[in-house]
Amino acid sequence: MGEFKVHRIRFFNHMPSAIRVMAFNSHTERLVVARADGAVEIFNFADNYYQEKVIPGRDGKAVEALCWVGRRLFSAGLDGEITEYDLENLRPRNSMEAYGGPIWTISSNSQGTLLAAGCEDGTVKMFEVLEDRIQFQRNLSRQKGRIISLSWHPTGSQIAAGMLDMIKIFDAETGHATHRLLVERGLQRTSNSQEVVVWSVAFLSDHTIISGDSAGKVQIWDGITGTLVRTHLLTKWDVLVLAVSPDESSVIAGTSEGTVVQFQFISSTVDQQDKQWVRTRTFKSHSHDVRALVHTDTAVVSGGVDTQLVVRPLLDKVEKNTQESAMRKIIFPHRNLVSCAKKAGLLLFQFSDHLELWRLGESDGNGKPGDRLPVKRNPEKLIQLKRKKLSQPCDVFRLVGSKLISLRIFPERIPAPLVPLSRLQVSKLPKELNSVHQLSFSSDSSKLFASSILSSVIVASVKELECKYLHTFKPPSGEFHSRQPVHLLSPSEDGNWLATANTADLNVSLQLHCSVPVCGSCPTAVSIHPFSCSLVSVHADQQIFEFSLKQKEFTAWSRKLQKQGMHPLWLQRDAPITRVTFNPNNPTHILLHDTSMFCIVDQILPLPEEKTRFYNQSVLQSLSLGERLRNSHAFKVYRNFQNLLCVDLMEDHSLVVVERPLLDIVSQLPAPVQQKKFAT
Amino acid sequence: MVEYGDIRVVYRGGSKINFRKPVISNDSRFLLCASGESVKVFSSVTEECVHELRGHTGQVTGVLLRPSNHLQVYSCSTDGTVRLWDFTDGILVRTYVVGYPVYSIYASLNHKEVVFIVTPVQSDKRTELFQLVAVNLPQTPDQLVEARDLSAVLSDVSSNPSTIAFGRGGEYLASVNNLKMEIYFFKKNKSYSFSLREYTKNGGKNTFTCIACHPKDDCVATGHDDGKIRLWRNFKQKKEYTYSTLHWHHSAVSSLCFTPEGTNLLSGGVESVLVQWRYNQENQKDFLPRLGAAITHVTVSPDGALFSTSHSDNKITIIQSCVKVSAVIQGLVKGENVTTGLLVDPRSKALVLNGRPGHLQFYSLQRDKLLFHLDIVQQEYIHEAGLEQFEVVRAAFDASGLWLATVEERKQKSAELELNLKLWSFDEQTQSFVLNTTVSAPHEARITAMCFSQAADSQTTTLVSASRDGHFKAWQLGLPAHTDDEGPSWSCDFVGAYHGLVPRCCCFSADGSLLAVGFQEVVTVWNPTSWELLTTLSQPPGDVRNLCFGQLSCSKYLLGSNNKKMVCCWNLLTCSLEWSTSMDVSLLLVDSRSENMAAFCCQDGSTDLFVFKPSEPRPLFSQKAVCSGRVIHAVFTPREVMLESSEESSQWLNRSQLYFLTEFMDLLTFSTKAEEEKLMASSKQLVIDDTVAMTPFYLLLGKHRHEHLGNEESAERTPLPQSSVAIKELLQTPAHVLPATSFLCSMFAKSLLISVTETREENKHVDEEMESEKEEEDSDEEVETKISRPEQEAKGVQGGESTAPTLTKTQVRELRRVRKQDLSWITGLLDS
Repeated sequence: MGEFKVHRIRFFNHMPSAIRVMAFNSHTERLVVARADGAVEIFNFADNYYQEKVIPGRDGKAVEALCWVGRRLFSAGLDGEITEYDLENLRPRNSMEAYGGPIWTISSNSQGTLLAAGCEDGTVKMFEVLEDRIQFQRNLSRQKGRIISLSWHPTGSQIAAGMLDMIKIFDAETGHATHRLLVERGLQRTSNSQEVVVWSVAFLSDHTIISGDSAGKVQIWDGITGTLVRTHLLTKWDVLVLAVSPDESSVIAGTSEGTVVQFQFISSTVDQQDKQWVRTRTFKSHSHDVRALVHTDTAVVSGGVDTQLVVRPLLDKVEKNTQESAMRKIIFPHRNLVSCAKKAGLLLFQFSDHLELWRLGESDGNGKPGDRLPVKRNPEKLIQLKRKKLSQPCDVFRLVGSKLISLRIFPERIPAPLVPLSRLQVSKLPKELNSVHQLSFSSDSSKLFASSILSSVIVASVKELECKYLHTFKPPSGEFHSRQPVHLLSPSEDGNWLATANTADLNVSLQLHCSVPVCGSCPTAVSIHPFSCSLVSVHADQQIFEFSLKQKEFTAWSRKLQKQGMHPLWLQRDAPITRVTFNPNNPTHILLHDTSMFCIVDQILPLPEEKTRFYNQSVLQSLSLGERLRNSHAFKVYRNFQNLLCVDLMEDHSLVVVERPLLDIVSQLPAPVQQKKFAT
Repeated sequence: MVEYGDIRVVYRGGSKINFRKPVISNDSRFLLCASGESVKVFSSVTEECVHELRGHTGQVTGVLLRPSNHLQVYSCSTDGTVRLWDFTDGILVRTYVVGYPVYSIYASLNHKEVVFIVTPVQSDKRTELFQLVAVNLPQTPDQLVEARDLSAVLSDVSSNPSTIAFGRGGEYLASVNNLKMEIYFFKKNKSYSFSLREYTKNGGKNTFTCIACHPKDDCVATGHDDGKIRLWRNFKQKKEYTYSTLHWHHSAVSSLCFTPEGTNLLSGGVESVLVQWRYNQENQKDFLPRLGAAITHVTVSPDGALFSTSHSDNKITIIQSCVKVSAVIQGLVKGENVTTGLLVDPRSKALVLNGRPGHLQFYSLQRDKLLFHLDIVQQEYIHEAGLEQFEVVRAAFDASGLWLATVEERKQKSAELELNLKLWSFDEQTQSFVLNTTVSAPHEARITAMCFSQAADSQTTTLVSASRDGHFKAWQLGLPAHTDDEGPSWSCDFVGAYHGLVPRCCCFSADGSLLAVGFQEVVTVWNPTSWELLTTLSQPPGDVRNLCFGQLSCSKYLLGSNNKKMVCCWNLLTCSLEWSTSMDVSLLLVDSRSENMAAFCCQDGSTDLFVFKPSEPRPLFSQKAVCSGRVIHAVFTPREVMLESSEESSQWLNRSQLYFLTEFMDLLTFSTKAEEEKLMASSKQLVIDDTVAMTPFYLLLGKHRHEHLGNEESAERTPLPQSSVAIKELLQTPAHVLPATSFLCSMFAKSLLISVTETREENKHVDEEMESEKEEEDSDEEVETKISRPEQEAKGVQGGESTAPTLTKTQVRELRRVRKQDLSWITGLLDS
């Protein structure tokens, strides 16, 4: 059959950054993850763990601690500043120097009125959370040695601080230390002279304090008397992080060995009330240090040096064999890092600190389906653009025609050049394009669309080497429209339409044409069909919609699909669709892909029924012809390629598949801690 | 004694002691374990078997301390009875007839007079389904009680006793079977079940193997096939249960046990390491390694002082406080294959066969005890699947027991056969065998037979070994080659062959003057002194399988059996066939104490036995279907005490006993009814003193001590009433009547002194006086009646008595006292 010639690309050295710290907001069900390069990502747990927002990091601004106060997000780092983020415009709102040296930890009380920061100089600084900023209130009594970890008592009257060799309990009213809990130094690995670091403390409402330290112990203390209740030795290495479940019946601890150990508060006998903390389960889902942990009501969320975010549901809290009970690993970002110049056969890869432009290889061989064609010309790297220091490119898009234009746009006020292939620099860039986070070119390269602050979209004309500001699309005002940033921009092929999407809305504009109704779930990919002028959108809950722009209603196919419902196996996939493309040769085909498969949706073929088996193509190929016809359905799923970052169709009808094998990522990670394995 | 002559096949000795979990008594002094059809009571200090509780007629499948009386023990058996024993005295207290075969037994203090047993489900006999049943034991004084009050508790349980356990004082019961765990709460009458997936993602098998319940907490520990131990908690909820996993064992956990306080968890498996986990501190664990063989059961004494582990090589190890092995009770080791056959050590009369890998074991049948292991291979045994090791394949003793010859071989794939012939001499000083000569590669192929010259009186003995390479070799003890060498060593004296045929068996005549070697179809007879071929006998067609010379009066006969179902008897004087008969004899052996020979014939899956004399046409004894399956080895062992049986059919058992080993590795023997009665009688006579465990040493010394003790006791007890009388008087008399205190003091002190003879005499006096007073009263009456008689008469009477020396009243009293005095202790003294 041989429908496509496939470019299988593995030279995109995308390397995710290690997860440093996480915080979970149980009201909004948003998880915020800070990575080692300073980037902050927000995942929506209510919406199928979709990565809604990414705030790029800045050099030298590593995030060491994160804290939600209501819907506001604060971070602190070793640069000694406390930063509040503007989640609507995806940038830091304001920063405040704490004047206490590097900040190791911040923590807010449960009322959300005070923010405590643990500093290098041994002070716990209290900040008052005001409407638009935070204000320094006072210092708690100063200690010797740095404050590594902090935990408020739920009533807010006391605060526990983990330090070197000890835990201090402060009275939040007076600011005096009331207890000093000495943590004994490790006996096994380290010599007695080495200090033990209390990496994490948790203050429970019954005045129990749980601590995890660098000697590999989890210790349970009585906070009223200041005595040690029990010691659990978990590992020879460090216990890096602790997390408490909202109902305080379970505590998890992450270790350097990559294990997560659960402790549960269980009564020792069935009928009696006296409960104790018992070590129960051990999860091993990481190969490296577990640096960040979150215990939600139903799941354990962990992340660490091996860059993966793992959501492991607790089987005693969720229904078995449902979508909720499946373990999820989020490895790749839910965005496009690759853009293709369809005519020129060029690929642009986006890294966190540079861009790479590659030309595809060529082959003239003709082979049978499944054959490997000889490469006539190897792919080559044309340009590598490094960004300037202290700046971060947000996004770069679209290569059109034979002319290459690469655009760098900086969130700060440094004008970025446009670099055409002729290496001429465009000096001027309209200042409206100073702070944008999404870019897109129209298909004839004449217009540049950029999503900017206040969920507006800026249109600029690009002529040769000039870039001129045209106008700004303001979002429709009104209470039904939110101020969330636009994260998807999709112009149509004929240049008449532009589809934009933020987490709540889906708009089609060029003089706002209409708003497409969205039911709950955030769109993950949108695209306008080049011929029929219908908008195809795929959402985080794996639903697919087709909206006719002319009739301003959902098409018949979309209604049929909604009526019949998606197949359960399709809904159970855990990665969102990140790109929608169309096949110009076959207008009824829609190409979709996520990280584990790509799919061609054929709108002619019958939709799969819920009861029937959902065959993927490799299974269908092995069936006999009659069987194949009987079992074929609209969703042609191919799983030949794994860990996909991009699937796109080029002008010459060849398919570009960008893979990033997990082994390559693992091989670039630092070596894990030494562990004795049985029979080695 | 009347002889019944009833002969039956019995298990005697060598039975498994690792079949079920042993039980340690409350005071940790005794260890009880099921052993064949009886329960054995071992002393945990001396390793000696103190009692054997006999009575069951089927295999004993469980032993259990009675929860309400720690001096009694329940045992259950496949014969459908549960018996209650007093194990300190070895008395059967009661027999409960259940009526169904019982596979294991459980009880708890919470359930008075109820035991829980596992029986097969009756409805379906083909599938092996078992259920747990509660049995109400009726409280009647009868010896034999029918216990028919059964109620099913759990269905679908495993017959393996380690899969069911009582939790927290009997509040609940936990049972595992395959991949399912069920916990049954008695109070609520509700059960919760939990199941696991068959395989984990890493390929480990999740099948449950054993279970243990924490004595205080609600925590259940389960062992699994992949070596994991799971600690289940919070299992009263269907969903919110939780477990933690401990993983040290690399293959299946075979036994788990909590210590009585619940502070530690013990586990064991094939690694032969006892692992002690701290409860709630599972990272800390202690190991007791090198226990010798795979652990099958782990138990703890009720006071927690002793642990015991049963091992796969039929051994029970008693461990003190998880650090020190304090005693080892070793049963007969049964490997997969007894290649050496059964032998009898002429010196110790012990049964000798393969034991541990590379060892020969010496097993005393009379005492049912393993004497020692002799290391033959003298190489470290490496425990690894599929690794070929040196194995002892042949062994032979000479008639006096001075020499032992062993053959070890190792056959590796793609490598040549490695053979070693070793000769061991008995060292009188160390009382053990010392290696004398090692011959490496004595033959080029596997050795088929080996025997010593039987003549006990001759100075030099000859060893003959026959091999598949077509030769037989004679080995003799040569003179020392060098004067400064330690001693003489063995060397090859003669190599014989016959037309390139393969010798299969060889045999010396009783006086050592003839050697018969069977070369396939031909029997050759050689002169061992000159090594000339005397004659060949090849009457019947077929390969010769066994060869035997007759003994004593029948020594002129040579018997042989072949694979064409023929037994032939040649007369060596005439060199002609005396008789032959058609029998498929698998094993032919001769009793060295008599003319008798025994032949085991294999027919239709069972084995028949014939005992006969070569000179007589009629068999002395024959029994059809001795056992199912083939008999692979048998031996006549001489008796220590001759039986005096007059009945003809059992006469052959008078001088020796016949032991045989079936293909299922059961060691069986024949026993007459008289013998059994004797055994039962002797076991009933034994009455054990509480203080010391019953050992032979104790039996030797303890008797006198016991009597001595008895005397002392009586001496000590007597002063008590007397002194109490004195004190009572002293206390009850009003103070103003009492004499001076100084006077009383000495009297009081005196009353407290113990004087053996005096007190006894005084005591006797008191009795005597009482009696005499009565008599006096009697005599007074007499006197009164005699008053009417004339004085003379009375005098006459006196005169008549005067011929004999007249006895005064006191004298008579004295005489009576002497007569009554117990002088048995003197006999005791005289005896000693």
